[in-house]
Amino acid sequence: MARHDKDSARPLVPISRREFLNRSSSALAGSMVIALILPEGSSAGIAGADYDWDRHRWVYLIDTTKCIGCGSCVRACRAENSVPENMYRTWVERYEIPAEGEAFIDSPDGAEHGFEPVATGLSVRKGFFVPKLCNHCDATPCIQVCPVGASFATRDGVVLVDPEHCIGCGYCVQACPYGSRFINPTTHTADKCTLCYHRITTGRKTACVEICPVGARRLGDRKNPDDEVIEILATQRVEVLQPELLTRPQAFYLGLDMEVR
Amino acid sequence: MSPELTGFLFPNDIHIHWSLMIVMYPYITGLVAGAFLVSSLYHVFGREEFKPLGRFALATALCFLAVAGLPLLNHLGHPERGINVIITPNFTSAMAGFGILYASYFIVLLLEVWFVFRVDIIDTAARSRGLKRWFFAALALGVYDTSPEAQAIDRKITRVLAAIGIPMACLLHGYVGFLFGALKANPWWSTPLMPVIFLFSAMVSGIALLIVLYQIAMKLKGMPIERLAISAMARWLWLFMIMSLTMELLEIMMLAYERAEEWEVIGHLLTHQLSFSFISLQMVGGGLIPLILLGIVVLMDRYMDDRIRNTLTMVSSLLLLLQVLAMRWNVVIGGQMFSKSMTGFRETYVPGMFEKEGILAAAVIFFIPFVLLVIFEKVLPTFRHLES
Repeated sequence: MARHDKDSARPLVPISRREFLNRSSSALAGSMVIALILPEGSSAGIAGADYDWDRHRWVYLIDTTKCIGCGSCVRACRAENSVPENMYRTWVERYEIPAEGEAFIDSPDGAEHGFEPVATGLSVRKGFFVPKLCNHCDATPCIQVCPVGASFATRDGVVLVDPEHCIGCGYCVQACPYGSRFINPTTHTADKCTLCYHRITTGRKTACVEICPVGARRLGDRKNPDDEVIEILATQRVEVLQPELLTRPQAFYLGLDMEVR
Repeated sequence: MSPELTGFLFPNDIHIHWSLMIVMYPYITGLVAGAFLVSSLYHVFGREEFKPLGRFALATALCFLAVAGLPLLNHLGHPERGINVIITPNFTSAMAGFGILYASYFIVLLLEVWFVFRVDIIDTAARSRGLKRWFFAALALGVYDTSPEAQAIDRKITRVLAAIGIPMACLLHGYVGFLFGALKANPWWSTPLMPVIFLFSAMVSGIALLIVLYQIAMKLKGMPIERLAISAMARWLWLFMIMSLTMELLEIMMLAYERAEEWEVIGHLLTHQLSFSFISLQMVGGGLIPLILLGIVVLMDRYMDDRIRNTLTMVSSLLLLLQVLAMRWNVVIGGQMFSKSMTGFRETYVPGMFEKEGILAAAVIFFIPFVLLVIFEKVLPTFRHLES
């Protein structure tokens, strides 16, 4: 600590005008080179430069039996995507279900700070955590109701909002049965989980998948023949949220319970 | 300040995204549709008892339609992009129909107003000088033919336009109900009855508004309030309010009797969060009481003194205007008082006085059509043809 203070107390070395001009001109030249290269990549929007969306079909798998309710995913999501306070692109719910009577459900601050123990007074026989996020539905009402087409699905199966075109009417927020959308108080446009499109199109995992310490959240690709998640979807019993609404969610769950909302 | 919550809500569900503005929007379009109907009863169906109101009702419809888009614009996060709903509509969205419906109805209404007032415009142009003459000549669009044949054509065209206008007014307002009724995510909105309820309540609010405005206008002008007009409007108002109340009750009774899954949420909503605005205002104060008062007016019409009839219809109309506003509130705000988790509620919602979409903004928007109406009356008097 003391050494660090000493370092920072080192006096600034003055530079000559010639040196300053030399340095700044090379910095300018460097930034111009970058500017010449960048438009290629940035013209594709938030996707990676070499990304081919016809070669992927993203799905999401949540194993509720593994989730420990630490809330790392919620924090990671907020940090990665600058999600505004009190709004959630992902969150975790806690279910405590007694043998008889009503279940106790909560999600304090979307589980951003994890869960404190609660005294529910119930003799709980069954308890678990359920991570939630946008289900990236194949037949989603949010895209259907958008009056200007600002909500759209990418060909690789991700539901996105174009903040440059969204008029902020809020119809999609009302239409989403899962509470996955909100109006961003800064941009005044609809906001939601992007499945970290900027990450998955550059060969990385979503922030929530990457941070999850127990592997409860996994990203899958239907067009990858060796994908483990797709193997699980094909061979195990998986469920989706509110299947009766026929929105065809692409976020699948292992170990759901009938109490799950 | 976080709202008081009970049960479990999805964390994004504690916000009321559709504010007082979205309450005002169907309220105002409803008034348009109802006022237009009254004018059409005269112009299309030739109901002579509505003659004193034919023109005034048309003017009222136009003035309210002129501001119907304002609450929506004020609500949008990006009002500057609002025009995209018309320019680049996404036709799978129910909302995309708004631009087309609104614009075409506006054109029909403007045309009808022009044909109805054409002779008046020409007369005024002929009788005045200077700027005023120039203004009215411009309004006449260069056509100065007031021969009986031309007037007969005017009446024919008015009749056709008014006839086209009826289904369009119904569409414009039924469509508002459709916006809510077609959202499967929300059990309080999602019912095929929604457009029907909106339509009937629109007729109720429009007729009620005309009863109030007509009586005030006659008082201000020192003209007699036509007994036949008031009796007829009371009859129509009674009919439409019975239909409207029946639909509103049927909707919830079906759910309650079926013991539908949704009832767990809606039953709680109506008896707790909306107990005042639904039970006290929409059902009793604005429903049952006008039902009785108007029933008296309609059934005892022949024995009734004019002043009593006028007072009773006035009171019923004011109550019904409140009832329809409460109904809009209960639908729009009520639908956001519970979470889509179907287990959690927001306890209260009180819009702020001065916030962007608050009470003052709503009051200002609602006040504009009355100002427009006064201006309209100055430019094109709607009762003058009755004076002679």
